[in-house]
Amino acid sequence: MAELFQFELVSPERQLLSEQVLEVIVPGTEGEFGVLKDHSPFMSTIQAGILRVRREQGAAADEYFVRGGFADVATGGLTVLAEQAVPVADLKVEHLDEQIKNAEEDVADAKDTETLRKAQDTLARLIDIRESMKKI
Amino acid sequence: MPSLKDLRNRIASVKATQKITKAMQMVAAAKLRRAQEAAEAARPYAERMEQVLANLAAAFEGRDDAPKLMAGTGNDQVHLLVLATAERGLCGGFNTNIAKLAREKARSLIAQGKTVKIICVGKKGYDAIKRDLGSHVIKTVDLRNVKNVGFANAHEIGTDILSMYAAGEFDVCTLFYSKFRSVIAQEPTAQQLIPAHFEAAEGASDQGGAAAVYEYEPDETEILEDLLPRNISVQIFRGLLENAASEQGARMSAMDNATRNAGEMIEKLTISYNRQRQAQITTELIEIISGAEAL
Repeated sequence: MAELFQFELVSPERQLLSEQVLEVIVPGTEGEFGVLKDHSPFMSTIQAGILRVRREQGAAADEYFVRGGFADVATGGLTVLAEQAVPVADLKVEHLDEQIKNAEEDVADAKDTETLRKAQDTLARLIDIRESMKKI
Repeated sequence: MPSLKDLRNRIASVKATQKITKAMQMVAAAKLRRAQEAAEAARPYAERMEQVLANLAAAFEGRDDAPKLMAGTGNDQVHLLVLATAERGLCGGFNTNIAKLAREKARSLIAQGKTVKIICVGKKGYDAIKRDLGSHVIKTVDLRNVKNVGFANAHEIGTDILSMYAAGEFDVCTLFYSKFRSVIAQEPTAQQLIPAHFEAAEGASDQGGAAAVYEYEPDETEILEDLLPRNISVQIFRGLLENAASEQGARMSAMDNATRNAGEMIEKLTISYNRQRQAQITTELIEIISGAEAL
């Protein structure tokens, strides 16, 4: 039986989650990564994507849409600070559309190649998420 | 000497005012609770952010390749003051106190020959300083139609400031807001945003061992460069929330005072109204009696 660890999901406006969980899958900038108990200390920035939380063996994962921020794995557990965090169930397509529009503006405004690349990346991911939501 | 009718009118008017101040006090009390909750809910994020940044920043202490947001431009010629106040008045010394602190700072900077630029968040701050520092105000942010300050509002201001910094329009940025201590005590505060200044994390040296084995993805420099701009918005957001709570607290105690004063005024007026009424009755009686005696 796998053990539980402390997980906190915090957005600037409030603390969304703070509980014992089994496994969390975080959309890191350099790829998704899963965190289980006793993960070695690790820090990564996150990108727009879906964060999955599994509370117990075999249970369905809860999904949260997160955007911008970082994940901090310490000995005490995992803390995800996301600029935006919304349970997928509450996520509206219109809301995403708005963000996509913003992201498009970012792409148009980008001054150097680095920011352009980042903005395009975010835009592509947002569109992906919207597509997958439409299917549900 | 005001006539009886005048007194009656004045009592009625003070009573009406008292009703208004009482209602405002109760509204402020309800809003205060919400604002306080919002400020408390935002605290974990800001605290964690600070902790992580302090840890990361310690690694960069004294290094030349530290990000510009942390190390500064190497100058302190142009100062940007961000003045966060309320959109509405009638809240005691709240707006005045923040403006006063900012004005003192601006004056001393100008006296030292520095250039001062000001961004006003909230209309009342602008009103307070426009007479003597109006020419320094480069921008005002209107949050009039914003019911509850969201992170998006703070982020907008933060992005603005960052792009100005990137364009080299200022060297040092300071945020002025009011810290919420309690309902009756709010503390105007100046906080330096850029270059970012971190309290050396307490016990950072003890955790040095733990921090050293941290793995970073991408590397430390990139994480720090990603986090520092975010931190600006987070700090502004925190300032705005503290401000919102302070404003309601200040308004609540100001309106409580006003209600009490109105009560005292009503009492005084009622006493003189009754005295005058009795005096009038007495005069009338004397007139009747002396009239009857004359017959």
